[in-house]
Amino acid sequence: MKISVGEMTSRFWMLAVFFFLYLPIFTLIIFSFNESPMVSNWGGFSLRWYEALAKDTEIIDGFKLSLRVAFSTGCSSVILGTFAALTLHRFKRFPGRTLFAGMVNSPLVMPEVIIGLSLLLMLVQVQRMFGFPDRGFGTIWLGHTLLGMAYATVIILSRLQEMSPSLEEAAQDLGSRPLQVFFLITLPLISQAIASAWLLTFTLSLDDVVISAFLNGPGSTTMPITIFSRARLGLSPSVNTVATLTVAVVSVGVFAASILMSRAEKRRALEMAAAYRGG
Amino acid sequence: MAPSTHKVSSLYGKVTGAWGRTAVISVPMIFLLIVFLLPFLVVFKISLSEMDAVFFKDVWTWKEDVIALTVRYGNYVSLTQDSLYINSYLSSLKIAGITTVICLGIAYPFAYFMARSPADRRPTLLMLVMLPFWTSFLLRVYAWKMLLADSGVFNNVAIAIGLIGEPVKMMNTPFSLVLGMVYTYVPFMILPLYANLVKMDLRLLEAALDLGATPWQAFWRITVPLSKSGIIAGSMLVFIPCVGEFVIPDLLGGPETLMIGHVLWDEFFSNNDWPMAATVAVVMVGLIIVPLSLFNKYQAESTEGGRA
Repeated sequence: MKISVGEMTSRFWMLAVFFFLYLPIFTLIIFSFNESPMVSNWGGFSLRWYEALAKDTEIIDGFKLSLRVAFSTGCSSVILGTFAALTLHRFKRFPGRTLFAGMVNSPLVMPEVIIGLSLLLMLVQVQRMFGFPDRGFGTIWLGHTLLGMAYATVIILSRLQEMSPSLEEAAQDLGSRPLQVFFLITLPLISQAIASAWLLTFTLSLDDVVISAFLNGPGSTTMPITIFSRARLGLSPSVNTVATLTVAVVSVGVFAASILMSRAEKRRALEMAAAYRGG
Repeated sequence: MAPSTHKVSSLYGKVTGAWGRTAVISVPMIFLLIVFLLPFLVVFKISLSEMDAVFFKDVWTWKEDVIALTVRYGNYVSLTQDSLYINSYLSSLKIAGITTVICLGIAYPFAYFMARSPADRRPTLLMLVMLPFWTSFLLRVYAWKMLLADSGVFNNVAIAIGLIGEPVKMMNTPFSLVLGMVYTYVPFMILPLYANLVKMDLRLLEAALDLGATPWQAFWRITVPLSKSGIIAGSMLVFIPCVGEFVIPDLLGGPETLMIGHVLWDEFFSNNDWPMAATVAVVMVGLIIVPLSLFNKYQAESTEGGRA
């Protein structure tokens, strides 16, 4: 089989970009098994840094806090994101719509230092007036939710736009009240998008440094903050082991999720086809 | 709206409908007003105050039934007089601009080839682009530090195979900074471009070719103009956050590449000068307000473009 010049260029370009994207990740993984304390000199295979990680209470405590924040952020982001997506999808005209859309979309691109600083300065003022909230879990959660909500809205909104309005109209015609329509028709149809939005916002929160650094308080250091402060000082083998474990968990999770989703997608397609045949 | 809904919706339905509508709109609206808009107003207010010994002075004072507004624009004046700020604003814009152009150069052909590859291969390719996105961004930036350091992987390998005798300095230079920025942000360019290119009506290209255009002409005169909105969206998704980026310049940048996000961070965390940090933030918002509204306009259009 002869491959055309165009096809060759295309394959080469894609391979080069994927190489670029994955090279750092594979380097991290390989060097996490490095015996040598000199992080980028290979000194033989070893699991010593994993043993060290198991005793690293700073990282482990940070990880526990990060998990809690990320879990809460995922939940609050998809709830607010669903409301915001419904608003943008359903209500084309209401006072403040442009402002609303701008406020939903801006956190997607707004530099995190601005989000972090402005939220912190506001929270400090609120605290001076009312004596709460203290900086910690709650304030980090609030900041992450602002960011997560924006991503969740985009994902859920694009699903709403693909959805045929006739399904909801049919339910309405058959006498369902708006809340019933939402819970019986809309929510099941967008459930997959909600699941991906939850996963994405969970990951974003687990990864965030800048917003957390502004909003954390004494005793509430998330894992990325610890990793960042170590990475600032220089190369540190503990960072590599964390990276490898993250990659392992993420790849397993993403593959499992994509299999589940493609199954759900197929089942839905089959059901739809059956429904059309029946009708 | 289908005419039959009028028949169905009783008075009760109308009432819950209106109430539901208000509830659906107001929950995210109130959240955003309090958590997104209000903080900006607070930042603006604080940028007009100044530091006393431990805390910033309030702009509003209320003493003996007199509300006094004291605006101190001294922070803005020192911003224009100190070359540190001006230089870092300019270099942030420059680095963000360079990053955006390189990202576009890498991502456009990539997204184009991806959109034109067989339909059954596209989901896998898309997932491969997204996958690094799911692993920690911080760790991936850190990995470049390992690769580029003086005794890093690249230098070690190059010395081992005799390509170079001395380590080449790559870390903490404009090169390592831009590399890290491009690496981090290139998926944000690929995704909107791909979404745009994959939807393109290929019959338009066929028509152009039938009418005698060369493939190259057809590409520049049909494909590129049609993908304009994808180019704008991708460029804004890269440019705006790059202007204020902090983590990448901190880990990979050097003394020659001072960026404004970093200046803000130092004002806040090292100098504890909150009003100055707020001033830097206000001016940064001023820098990105035009690209930001361009981005919002694009997002709004893609929202209106739905089937509903």
